[in-house]
Amino acid sequence: MTPSRVSTLIIQTPEGIAFSLPLACPVTRCLAWVIDFACIMGLISVVSAFLRLASLISLDLGRALSIVAYFVLQIGYGIVCEWSWRGQTVGKRLLGLRVMDTQGLRLQFSQVVLRNLLRIVDSLPAFYLVGGVVCLLNARAQRLGDLIANTIVVRHRKLPEPDVDQLLAGKYNSLRDYPHLEARLRQRVSPPEAGLALQALLRRDQLDLKARLDLFEEMASHFRALVVFPPEACEGITAEQYIRNVVDVLFRPRVAAKR
Amino acid sequence: MIIDLQKFLETERPCWTELETILLKLEDEPNWQMDLAQLKHFHYLYERASADLGKIVTFASEPETRHYLESLVARAYGEIHESREKAARLHLLQWFFQTFPQTFRRHIRAFWLAVGVTLAGCLFGGLAIAFDPDSKPVLMPFSHLQGNPAERVAHEEQATHDPLAGERGGFSAMLMTHNTQVSIFAMALGATWGIGTILLLFYNGVILGAVAVDYILAGQSRFLAGWLLPHGSFEIPAILIAGQGGLILGGALIGWGRSTSLKNRLRAVAPDLVTLIFGVAVLLIWAGFVESFLSQYHEPIIPYLYKIIFGLVELALLSLLLGKSGASDPSATPVTDSLR
Repeated sequence: MTPSRVSTLIIQTPEGIAFSLPLACPVTRCLAWVIDFACIMGLISVVSAFLRLASLISLDLGRALSIVAYFVLQIGYGIVCEWSWRGQTVGKRLLGLRVMDTQGLRLQFSQVVLRNLLRIVDSLPAFYLVGGVVCLLNARAQRLGDLIANTIVVRHRKLPEPDVDQLLAGKYNSLRDYPHLEARLRQRVSPPEAGLALQALLRRDQLDLKARLDLFEEMASHFRALVVFPPEACEGITAEQYIRNVVDVLFRPRVAAKR
Repeated sequence: MIIDLQKFLETERPCWTELETILLKLEDEPNWQMDLAQLKHFHYLYERASADLGKIVTFASEPETRHYLESLVARAYGEIHESREKAARLHLLQWFFQTFPQTFRRHIRAFWLAVGVTLAGCLFGGLAIAFDPDSKPVLMPFSHLQGNPAERVAHEEQATHDPLAGERGGFSAMLMTHNTQVSIFAMALGATWGIGTILLLFYNGVILGAVAVDYILAGQSRFLAGWLLPHGSFEIPAILIAGQGGLILGGALIGWGRSTSLKNRLRAVAPDLVTLIFGVAVLLIWAGFVESFLSQYHEPIIPYLYKIIFGLVELALLSLLLGKSGASDPSATPVTDSLR
């Protein structure tokens, strides 16, 4: 029986903290390989062009260097890239993938070499059939080379620090003039609803103008229905500002807001 | 809401930024060494970020900060908890004359097994060609070996022109790359629990035995020794060492009599496999040169005796390297993670 596929690898640290690594799916890995293959071919063309200069000295020397260069680029491309870029090749970089140790530890040189040398078996009989089948059957989407080298390929996103400036405006919040309604709002809004409002504000710049207006209008009407504030608390403020005020109420206790 | 998100972020953000700066430096400069104070501070920042992650996990409505902290803790975890030796820079000579032979000797039983399988193949190939000469096309599917050995020797010795003139470099490069590829394949086939490696070694033995017996029966032993010894004294041991690597890998996968987990067994042998395959590549580069520039030239250009002596000297030197070199320094680096 094959183990069921998992999309993340959870690692529990000795400090008792768990973090997850999102695993790359076989299709994305295949696309990364196609890009890498194109890179290898491109490199071979460039190097061959230079080696033609050696042929001016001796045809034999040029041919010998071409054979060696072809071999070294084929075998060495993955090793050099993954070692210098800590688990990434050009293809993996473009598609946001990274090779990692299965225990989340630093990738060792021997692991990089082994997983790349094992490609020779993974690519049998053609088009990575062995590697592809093993990858599909494996719960962590590891090909044979990954299994032997104890590596996994994860989706790697370099996450920016969360932009919380949207929350820290420090402006006047008309909803805070009504402490009892403020408390009721906190009581009635569920955590997922609160999270949704917060995310909408954090990602406002990623939305185009119309979508942003529609989204905040819809959310504002939802929150207005949950707790009805007096008209003077809502007059003259946009739907987005209303959501900003709601988030301020939900995520900043009164004591913190007064500071 | 359980925590004051604003206060939490305002207080903790400088620590996260500092931790990220250190991680970026570590990623950009793998050889950067921290002093004790920096290490302690790095560890403190990691533990603080871990604690923050522990707090924010309960705060289900703020996934962005949680994802950010998870990625930060994951990166720092790899650096903090890595206990495998981070060896010094590679010293090529030290590696070749100490690490490589030491690694070879550490797994000598796998090497003898590879020798045994190849010899079994030789015996099979030799007996097959002796008792059934018609099996030649099956046992040696190479056009230049199909003819009568005596005729080939006569033809080679009477040649008036250099058959490799203007092609020696290319031929040499082709031999090096092809043999290295076969060696990598022999080692990689260890992933089939060693079965693939054994079959490949046996097949190589069959060809070798068949060729040897074919030439011996044709009375061309001197030619055979002069032809094969100069490059074969490096090439054949190189393939056997690659096979040794495959058998080590197979052994680690099977794990007979070992109580450690599969992961740990593979972790333990990985550096040795890399050492062996790099050593094999070095041997094959030399073998490629010798085969192209010496082995293909016969009497009267080069007397067979000289070629045989050359081959025997090579074999003796290789035996010395693998058997004795580095023996006086047992504490030398046993792993190839110094290859950086």
